Amino acid sequence: MLRLPRFRYVAPGSLDEAIRLRAEHPDTSMYVAGGTDLYPKMKRRQLQPELVIGLGRATSAAIANGQGLRLGAGATLTAISEHPTVRERYGALADAAGLVSTPQLRNMGTIGGNVCLDTRCNWYDQSLFWRTAEGYCMKTHGDVVCRVAPSSPRCLAVASADTVPALIALGAVVRLAGPGGEREVSLADCYREDGIRYLTLAPGEVVVEIALPPADGWHSTYLKLRDRGSFDFPIAGVAAAVRWDGRAVAEARVAITALGSRPLAVDAGALVGTRLDDDAIATVADAVHRAARPMDNTSGTISQRKRTARVFAERALRSLRARG
Amino acid sequence: MSEYSIVGRRLPKVNAWAHLTGAARYADDIDLPRMLHGRLLRSTRPHARIERLDVTRALAHPGVVAIVTGADMPEKMGIMPSTQDETALAVGKVRYVGEPVAAVAALDEDAAYEALALIDVEYEDLEPIFTIEAALEREDVKIHDEARRANVFKEVHLSFGDLDAGFAAADHVRDEWFFFEGTTHAPIESHAAVASYGADGKLTLWSSTQVPHYLHRELEKVLGLPRSRIRVIATPNGGAFGGKSDPFGHEFSAALLSMRTRRPVKITLDREEVFYAHRGRHPVKMRVKTGVKRDGEITAVELNSYLDGGAYASYGIATTYYTGALLTVTYRIPAYKFDGVRVYTNKPPCGPKRGHGTTQPRYAFECQLDKIAADLGLDPIAYRQRILQPPNSRTVNDLRITTMGLGECLGAVRTATGWDRKRGELPRGKGIGVAGSAYISGAGLPIYWNDMPHSGAEIRIDRGGGVTVMCGTSEIGQGSDNVLAAIAAETLGVYPEDVHVVSGDTSLAPVDLGSYSSRVTMMAGNATKSAATALREKLFAVASEKLGVPAERLAAAYRRIYDLGAPERYVGFVEAANLAEARYGTLVGAGSYKPPAGIGGSYKGAGVGPTPAYSYQAAVAEVSVDLETGQLTVERITTAHDCGRALNPVNVEGQVEGSAYMGYGEAVLEEQVFRGGLHKKPSLLDYKLPTSLDTPALQAVLVETVDSEGPYGAKEAGEGPLNPVIPAIANAVYDAIGVRFDETPITAEKILDALGKRDNRAAPKDRIGPDGLGDGRRDPGRALRRLGASTEARERKRAGTT
Repeated sequence: MLRLPRFRYVAPGSLDEAIRLRAEHPDTSMYVAGGTDLYPKMKRRQLQPELVIGLGRATSAAIANGQGLRLGAGATLTAISEHPTVRERYGALADAAGLVSTPQLRNMGTIGGNVCLDTRCNWYDQSLFWRTAEGYCMKTHGDVVCRVAPSSPRCLAVASADTVPALIALGAVVRLAGPGGEREVSLADCYREDGIRYLTLAPGEVVVEIALPPADGWHSTYLKLRDRGSFDFPIAGVAAAVRWDGRAVAEARVAITALGSRPLAVDAGALVGTRLDDDAIATVADAVHRAARPMDNTSGTISQRKRTARVFAERALRSLRARG
Repeated sequence: MSEYSIVGRRLPKVNAWAHLTGAARYADDIDLPRMLHGRLLRSTRPHARIERLDVTRALAHPGVVAIVTGADMPEKMGIMPSTQDETALAVGKVRYVGEPVAAVAALDEDAAYEALALIDVEYEDLEPIFTIEAALEREDVKIHDEARRANVFKEVHLSFGDLDAGFAAADHVRDEWFFFEGTTHAPIESHAAVASYGADGKLTLWSSTQVPHYLHRELEKVLGLPRSRIRVIATPNGGAFGGKSDPFGHEFSAALLSMRTRRPVKITLDREEVFYAHRGRHPVKMRVKTGVKRDGEITAVELNSYLDGGAYASYGIATTYYTGALLTVTYRIPAYKFDGVRVYTNKPPCGPKRGHGTTQPRYAFECQLDKIAADLGLDPIAYRQRILQPPNSRTVNDLRITTMGLGECLGAVRTATGWDRKRGELPRGKGIGVAGSAYISGAGLPIYWNDMPHSGAEIRIDRGGGVTVMCGTSEIGQGSDNVLAAIAAETLGVYPEDVHVVSGDTSLAPVDLGSYSSRVTMMAGNATKSAATALREKLFAVASEKLGVPAERLAAAYRRIYDLGAPERYVGFVEAANLAEARYGTLVGAGSYKPPAGIGGSYKGAGVGPTPAYSYQAAVAEVSVDLETGQLTVERITTAHDCGRALNPVNVEGQVEGSAYMGYGEAVLEEQVFRGGLHKKPSLLDYKLPTSLDTPALQAVLVETVDSEGPYGAKEAGEGPLNPVIPAIANAVYDAIGVRFDETPITAEKILDALGKRDNRAAPKDRIGPDGLGDGRRDPGRALRRLGASTEARERKRAGTT
């Protein structure tokens, strides 16, 4: 099998210590939580940190009720998908966390790691041998073209985290800590449309906690397109959440992933005040279809993914009718 | 009550415990003192001349002990003696991305890996060829200089019966093209080999191989070491499916590195390398033309197949013939013409995968029969049952049929699935489809010409009643050790757990040609049975004397030899064995097996197709299609399989279900495809093997025809049951949405395209499939005609008529 390159691993006991270490080695260190994304990429020599800073002791894995729900960054995807409050009140997140990869990887993978998941591309997620034969790409070699679209000025690697659209639809706010202290930011603002600099986090910043607002009246769901019932990353993902006020929708959020380099909130305003009528749903599904910009760099095809995004938007929203 | 004590019983495999608990010792588990770790440098170019290959820097790397290159092993090798076009490591030229170029042995894996980057290779790129069409036409680019025309590896032309009269007599003719996409085996265990060259000048090679005997021969040829000084041990294979039945570069490299360093050397391929080793299912374009009478009776069939062979021969000659040979054994075909062409392309070599060469044309033909049934308004099952090739007959291409259970298989799946209730009655989006097929129980001829047995077995009985069976078969997870143990136990009257099987060891066991072509049960089974029978005669002789009963009245079971007339009168097995050893000396029995003469024709090319007995199978697939997303779900696959006799029904059902699983993957998900010369998905994340969540409900129905050729009546079970699954799924999709899928895999994209939903402007289609060679822009017949013309010219020249 492919072997890991040599590297140094430290597991600091505090967040301050982790951030300090990261700042001391700005170009040669990386954080790791569950390791399900980083270690395979190190085996394929996509990422080669000399120092790997384990966050297991520095961050909390607690899932705490309070004003809404607070997810420690170290909470595993299994813990989240099985948590009674998440299942009952934050359905989209339970769905999404439970659909990530395989049971084994969900046992290791964390929510903090999943929201920071590296973007993916089938020109990039290959071994060093394969990429040597290809001649590399923009994501690892700045002077090389993007293989997906050679004229593209930016990397087109794909946002592939299942939990992110669910969290955006649920209105998640993320608490970050870094050399400059702590700050809170809407999760939707943590991403940008760039396969290389896909996170807006400052250098050395780490996800500490994800806070979900109270879920009173909210119902949500997440639908994932993939080739198989397990293992696969999404090739289209749609999360939808609506808050019912009596028999009408009072608030609605829809978010998509795996259809571009960033996860995206899609305008769902047309649903507000309706009873999730077909027309209103069609308007939002059209918006999803327009927002979906898949490229030929994942499994499946562009037209299949774009079309399915629309269908999944319709199905996700229709499934929320019965719960009103 | 059964007349047998072991045969037919649902017993656990003798090696089940070791395999389930991980105790089985696979090649990569072997760890020898002073062992070095090897890795292969692989080509990064699809087609290039090696201008310079310099290992100086790599040799200087700390931990590196030795490096070998193609120049160290220039001898040509390959599984088929007549088409050896490969070397252990590339010599002068590389022909696909991933071809091994050099091998490093180092103190640990990391040092070996690091050293690869220090080997300096300069390539001069040559134009690559990636398609069947380019391979047929490009005279100016030669992947192999030896190819006489363009990049054609092999073409075969066979004709039987009066084709013109057949088509003239037809009331209805279907003539269409099909494409079967390439797929790979993806065994869970990657290939691994450990070589140890000892102080005695002898080499031992442990390898996850299906063909220890053929590997033995090739090692002698390439290494220049007499075979008498080489011992090959086939370790238990963690799955193989045909992908471990060629000699491979890593095996020779480990051996030579061990000879050079006088230390054991292990080379284990990583997952990506397994995709490059490949030898999987050929992509095949096919034209099938079938003429029928108004009632569906077939009057003539014409088949053209174009195989994309990849860069080397592998089993290519046999594969090419197999695309034509077995089409005739299922239904009556009075006239048949087959033209097959296999070409070289700059991709990993294709070879045998479960169903070897028969899977692709069977898919095409069963889809076409389904269309003919629809054209004529016939029920697809009843139609097939009416046109069956009869048992105990000969086909138009002179293949001998013995038992033939396809009719029963079709009846069994009809009943088991409630076909009559469902066919034509399901709502749009749901469908049910059927197909039939056949396979060989072992190839009638060995790979190299010889008059010796195809399989030999030796059995020894020890003084405690233990029975040791030695046979050169390779246990690849299919249960071959269990089959040998069961046959020996049944024949001698002991339990399988009394039997020790020593398989796959060229020094300890007589030659068996290997675990390929579904030959082990038939051939090694017969050899084992004959060895055991020889020993039983000795046991009966002494027991007869002791009991005062004639030997004909004795039987053996439950560790006793007893009087059939009075079963309470018996001699215990141990006592009988001790008495026999006292009288005859050490108790050793030998048996061997060779297929009978006269099972095939005598024309050129008649060597591929004959077998002692054909297995038959029918499958019904039930599917549902998401009309909005194009997602295809196969809900259930029911397969009935004529296995002659189920020596162990659990084992046979496992093979039938495993075949259905694999066929499902090929029909719906899997493709070994390339972008430029690069494999598009060389990982188990991207190459979409079905998971347990995707796998349909599987049901196996066993049909027993008890064939007198097989041991206790058994025929094969390992490959045939895959063949009907793929066309059954395609035919079920037609029933669901009215679209014919004349190419694999049946993806969501293609379904959306057919439904007119790929984009919002497209019109619906009633068929997805090729219309000829090329993409339709080119005249599809041109390459074929050119090839045909030159072939005719060559034949005329050979016959002296020009």
